[in-house]
Amino acid sequence: MNSVIDSMMKIFGSLGTGNSALGLVLAVVIAGLVVFTIMAVMAIVAVYFERKVSAFMQDRIGPMEVGIFGFKGGKQFWGGIGQTLADTVKLLVKEDILPKEADKKLMIMAPFIIFIASFLTFIGVPLSDGLVVSDFNIGVFYIMAAGSIGVIGIILAGWSSNNKWSLYGALRSAAQIISYEIPIGLSLMLVVIVVGSLNFGDIVAWQADHRWFFIHSPFAFIAFIIYVIAGVAETNRTPFDIPEAESELVAGWMTEYSGFRWSIFFMSEYANVLIISIIASIIFLGGWLSPLAIFGVHVSWLEGPLWGLFWIFSKAVFFVFVMMWFRWTFPRLRVDQLMYFCWKVLIPFALANLIFISVWELIF
Amino acid sequence: MAEQLKDFSLLHSDEMILNMGPQHPSTHGVLRLKIHTDGEIVSRIEPIIGYLHRCFEKHCEFLTYEQIVPFTDRTDYLAAMNMNDAYALAVEKLLEIEIPERVQYIRVIMAELQRIASHLVAVGTFGLDVGGITPFTWTIRDRERILDLFEYVCGARLLYNYIWVGGVSHDLPEKFIRRTLEFLDYFEPQIEEYNQILTYNKIFIERTADVGTLTPEVAINYGCTGPVLRGSGVKWDLRKTEPYAVYDKFDFDIAVGDGRMGTVGDTWDRYFVRIIEMKESVKILRQALAQIPDGDVHAAVPKKVRIKEGSVYSRYESARGEVGFYIIAGGKDKPMRVKMRSPAFCNLSVLSEIAEGWMISDVIAILGSLDIVLGEIDR
Repeated sequence: MNSVIDSMMKIFGSLGTGNSALGLVLAVVIAGLVVFTIMAVMAIVAVYFERKVSAFMQDRIGPMEVGIFGFKGGKQFWGGIGQTLADTVKLLVKEDILPKEADKKLMIMAPFIIFIASFLTFIGVPLSDGLVVSDFNIGVFYIMAAGSIGVIGIILAGWSSNNKWSLYGALRSAAQIISYEIPIGLSLMLVVIVVGSLNFGDIVAWQADHRWFFIHSPFAFIAFIIYVIAGVAETNRTPFDIPEAESELVAGWMTEYSGFRWSIFFMSEYANVLIISIIASIIFLGGWLSPLAIFGVHVSWLEGPLWGLFWIFSKAVFFVFVMMWFRWTFPRLRVDQLMYFCWKVLIPFALANLIFISVWELIF
Repeated sequence: MAEQLKDFSLLHSDEMILNMGPQHPSTHGVLRLKIHTDGEIVSRIEPIIGYLHRCFEKHCEFLTYEQIVPFTDRTDYLAAMNMNDAYALAVEKLLEIEIPERVQYIRVIMAELQRIASHLVAVGTFGLDVGGITPFTWTIRDRERILDLFEYVCGARLLYNYIWVGGVSHDLPEKFIRRTLEFLDYFEPQIEEYNQILTYNKIFIERTADVGTLTPEVAINYGCTGPVLRGSGVKWDLRKTEPYAVYDKFDFDIAVGDGRMGTVGDTWDRYFVRIIEMKESVKILRQALAQIPDGDVHAAVPKKVRIKEGSVYSRYESARGEVGFYIIAGGKDKPMRVKMRSPAFCNLSVLSEIAEGWMISDVIAILGSLDIVLGEIDR
């Protein structure tokens, strides 16, 4: 699989600049800007989408009907777009408050650490065949590792705010994210055992040759379910949103943040939702393969990098929708129930799954 | 470092004091809870009230009997009709006047509609407290219809000043009965919807069943009333046990907690009692709307109410429990002293008894199940 950096280096090379160091810097900067744009746009689109989903479920009027610049929203599908844009502008121009007693350096640093974690993760996530900033041969491992950096930012944010609610939120969040990484890792490990590679390209290629993973075996299906549940918990969304828990902890570790710093948290949260969804679709739902591939039908004009981008986003948006559906349906778990669910339900199942899939692989 | 560690006071762990409120999303107003926590576990709770104290009782001493009615609206602002009704009932008892039957029926209709509206807020905000956002928007949507009905009757949507001493401010509008029946037809299936999204949700049951169990003895000792008392399985409802107005003419049941999901008197029971009570209120409303007689809506009350020496204690079943008005008349057109018994005050006082030893999230859930209104507690 080609990575974007490689392709760009090739292009720069053919342009005859000759200076490979300059080419590398250019390629990295361009790729970085593109990833940043994708994250920012995705956050705005996801907020719009979330508003729409909630409006459907809750009879909300604003997200359905607000227009923009005198342009009537009405009950059209674009209704409510004005709210999203107004929200974005508001967040960008809002006063940035740093509490007097806060540890200012850490408080300023925390959002960027969280942002960098999602940014780094995005570098390893392929968006289509060959459309990945950097193609690691240990892609799955890299994403797990880069994703866990974020928890440092959360603890810093909670601690430096010097607010008891923030501290509670941060500690809950740290416990939650660290715990739920284990079932995620174990369920991804199952796929790695079957494929024998940590590279996303290899995993999708294996699915193209054999079967998509969620119908590969009963154990792979269980792993898929575990992954989705733990993924929701990993992104701190309802019913696992105890770190934010607005009715208990005001806003958890984000309580003291406002304006642009807060919007960075927001952006990272939605980026994480997207990353979890994209990984779910790559690992379990055949990534950039067209849905017809389930039935072994390969239509040539439904494949290729651009169609791959379309398929992967369709699958990811489905997961994003499921997460939003959860959010607007379920109440919130308690912190001990959350830990119980992780350590006494998900992890034993995931471990047993690993053993069974190894046996399955031996037999078939 | 090593020397520092020898000083064990540096390693000394202590309880953390957490001030929940008066500005907090889940304290239902301006309640402040001083919580002593050990990690997530709450070891002691001190509710601190008084942030909404508006000297209601003192004000009453300087107002004529009729002028007090709008002040009662402001006490329990989520069940203003009930408070109007409770006060009017007390003064009428003091005046010893007979109230026309139509007025009695109108008051019952208003009180039951208000009870549903108040319970809808209780159910919805309780959903919010345990993290479900959608039930709140649904209940508020349906409460809106009741407020529309009230607006149709008296022009106001929150603070009505509709039930006056000796009657109601004006008669029901022409289409009111039909519109109310339409609302009831719409509303009854909605209760099942709430049950589906919240009541029987597995996570919701995990969060509320067996949590914050209030035993009947404790409930009675603390003077809890209303759904909080009935959630503990005590069959006590003034509408049945001490019927006022025309409640003895209707066929309805007292909703009590039966420990269906856990133990009797847990948070889930207190919540579910409100759901059943809404159904019972619908039952009462249907009967009242069918039976309502014609007639005058003003009793023969003197233009200026002037009561000779005497005192009265009148109790009334509001949405939150027993509202009592103790009025001492001083022979003038103004009462000498008015004391209001606030149900939410007694219900709140039981919080530290049942919520200590649970987690912060449980304290929020238990507080939500007590359904307090600070306007009434502080008065």
